[in-house]
Amino acid sequence: MRVLKNASTSTLWLWGSLPLVLAAIALAAFLYLDPMEALTGNQPPVQNLSIERVELTDDGFTVDVVNAAPEPVTISQVQVDEAYWTFDVEPDSTLPRLGEATVHIPYPWVHGELHEIRLLTDVGMTFSHTVEVATKTPQPTPTRWGLFALLGAFIGVIPVGLGLMWFPVLQNLSEQVMNFVLALTMGLLLFLFVDTLLEGIEIAEHVPDVFQALPLVFLVGLMSYLILTAAGRWGGAADRSTLDGRRWIATAIALGIGLHNLGEGMAVGAAIAAGEAALGSFLVVGFVLHNLTEGIGIGAPMAEDDPGWGRLAWLTVLGGGPAILGTWMGGFHYSPFWAVLFFAVGAGAILQVIVEVGRLLVERAGDDTTIATSWVNLGGVTTGLVIMYATALFV
Amino acid sequence: MRKLLDRWFFSSVSRRDWLRASIASVAGLAGAGSLSASVSESPPQEENEAYDSAPAGPSRMHGQMRTVGSVDPARNGFDPMAMLTDFDYGETSTMDDGQTLREYRVVATDKEIEIAPGMTFPAWTYDNRVPGPTFRCVEGDRIRIEFVNAGSHPHTIHFHGIHSAKMDGVPNIGDGMIDPGDRTVYEFDAEPFGCHLYHCHSTPLKRHIHKGLYGAFIIDPDPANYEGEKREAAKARNHQYPECGEVSEMVMVMNGFDTNFDGDNEIYAANTVAFEFANRPIPVKPDQLQRVYLVNATEFDPINSFHLHANFFDYYDHGTSLVPDRETIDTVMQCQAQRGILEFSFEDFEPGQYMFHAHQSEFAELGWMGFFDVREDAPPLEEMGADLPA
Repeated sequence: MRVLKNASTSTLWLWGSLPLVLAAIALAAFLYLDPMEALTGNQPPVQNLSIERVELTDDGFTVDVVNAAPEPVTISQVQVDEAYWTFDVEPDSTLPRLGEATVHIPYPWVHGELHEIRLLTDVGMTFSHTVEVATKTPQPTPTRWGLFALLGAFIGVIPVGLGLMWFPVLQNLSEQVMNFVLALTMGLLLFLFVDTLLEGIEIAEHVPDVFQALPLVFLVGLMSYLILTAAGRWGGAADRSTLDGRRWIATAIALGIGLHNLGEGMAVGAAIAAGEAALGSFLVVGFVLHNLTEGIGIGAPMAEDDPGWGRLAWLTVLGGGPAILGTWMGGFHYSPFWAVLFFAVGAGAILQVIVEVGRLLVERAGDDTTIATSWVNLGGVTTGLVIMYATALFV
Repeated sequence: MRKLLDRWFFSSVSRRDWLRASIASVAGLAGAGSLSASVSESPPQEENEAYDSAPAGPSRMHGQMRTVGSVDPARNGFDPMAMLTDFDYGETSTMDDGQTLREYRVVATDKEIEIAPGMTFPAWTYDNRVPGPTFRCVEGDRIRIEFVNAGSHPHTIHFHGIHSAKMDGVPNIGDGMIDPGDRTVYEFDAEPFGCHLYHCHSTPLKRHIHKGLYGAFIIDPDPANYEGEKREAAKARNHQYPECGEVSEMVMVMNGFDTNFDGDNEIYAANTVAFEFANRPIPVKPDQLQRVYLVNATEFDPINSFHLHANFFDYYDHGTSLVPDRETIDTVMQCQAQRGILEFSFEDFEPGQYMFHAHQSEFAELGWMGFFDVREDAPPLEEMGADLPA
């Protein structure tokens, strides 16, 4: 192909488009000959109905379903608690690939008890969903919005804000103690990173295979990390030797923690909506203790500076506020797929912050790079992990 | 805090309102039908509405516990209602020694059948129907059955009755399992009289039975063999006598279908289609004796049962006696392959729809439930079946 080395533009266009044209022809031929028919035509259909969401209302159950299999599938009958029950399907009882439908079942469910909903297809395959503890699904009334906001505030805003109130103490620590606190922050964040990632993976297992949620956890997490890193480098924003740079790091930490809290809020909201969590005040106490430490993490990089109460308040909102958003999303319209995405973005954001804090520690060590792994720093990281582990026991 | 949360998130569920609404709707449903006798609010003119309606679709009678839609008998090629009275007497002739010979031909096939509206099951059948044909003969008759296997797996016919080992239709004995495309002949004298069954005995046994290879096998008693009251009883049981013609006879084969093959039935029924006799109640003349040949062909569950509402019946276990084994009972239990004859009447009963079902509530709610529609103008059962393409 050496002859084409200096070819004209039109020749290059030809060579550029030729593979596409040939691919189209090859695909057309493949579809026409249909060798797959001979290979798989005799196999029975593989059906996969994914029950996305079950809402409990005064009129019974409302079930959102997705056809996660390659072939269309028909919902022929419905059982509740091993009894055939009347139902209707919108828009149609036959779902195309990735098609969605809503099944209404007028069933007199019993408050506080377990119910099993089972959809039966045209070939008699069964797809079940268990309502662990039946309770009416919260409807988005103004009171509900307010109550969920209050719950979100308890989970996110209040603990993060209280944690940041230690800022004056952080400002007056000796260099070694400050190193310890930064290392402790890293420990906290390491725990949160693993926790966020695992939550994302756990929820991904409930998403139909066809959406590839598990790979998304890692890929979206990676992209979130790379984009935040690039944003941090842009215009030297994350230069720790400057005031703006340190502020940026604190903001980035708050953002990462905020995304994590969004996910937590979502999980709590969804649990209440599904009636699956025996949510007591103890759980909220656990969240407050657990998330207090997040405030320290946000404040630590700015300890040398005087950010002012306004900035601290803004960081509180950024780090804790998303929990409110999360309880709303989880409580009113929970979608496992979106939950996976938020957890993935959160994990990437936290990873980026861990790297930034790590760099900060290395810089503070100056020329003596061994200090980065000093016993003080290791002790800080370990203490951070232990604190998170211990407070997580409450949740 | 906990109390506060509880109040916020749980107390707003208006359970009381919900309950009230449910009770109201149940009362509404009952008010439209025969149960209204106990619901004083329901206007009397509504009481008779259900009896005047055609035997199709009074699904409101059992509330919302039901399947949605209807099964087309023409598509299946068989009708559970017609199966009640569809007796196959075979090709009858007299042999040289005077013994009656009944000849049958049975073909095993693979066939997709609809067992609930919109739900199909890949069945194995005798003569394209589940349950298979109801063979009926008289004790002492010579039975000759040509069995052709047009299915995709080896099958047999194993009769519950008295016969030689090589006619037993079990693997490795006599002709053993009949391969696809092959044929065999089962021949024996019909003994003893009673309500029996036959089924495939190929291995794996559970699979061959629950796929649909079973049916009723009824041997009528011969009055000539009995004296006095027993002779009269035998006449009322023998299809060749007018005494028997006065009885409304029906065959119910209790069966189940494991549509997702997890060893647990998704459908229970009498004569295959879930809720068939709830959607199309069986017409009953109040002054006519009713006789149910009840056969338990349910797979996986050790027992099945029959419970009659508001009435009692006499029960002849296996149908092998001319006096009832149990008198005046309203529930009978049968283990797998157990069968018997139920006799009852609705004489002097108020017209209305009287429920019958398995008294395993689970089976009832999964399809094994129906109604007797007791009314003076009830048509003969034989006229109830759908017109099917030949």
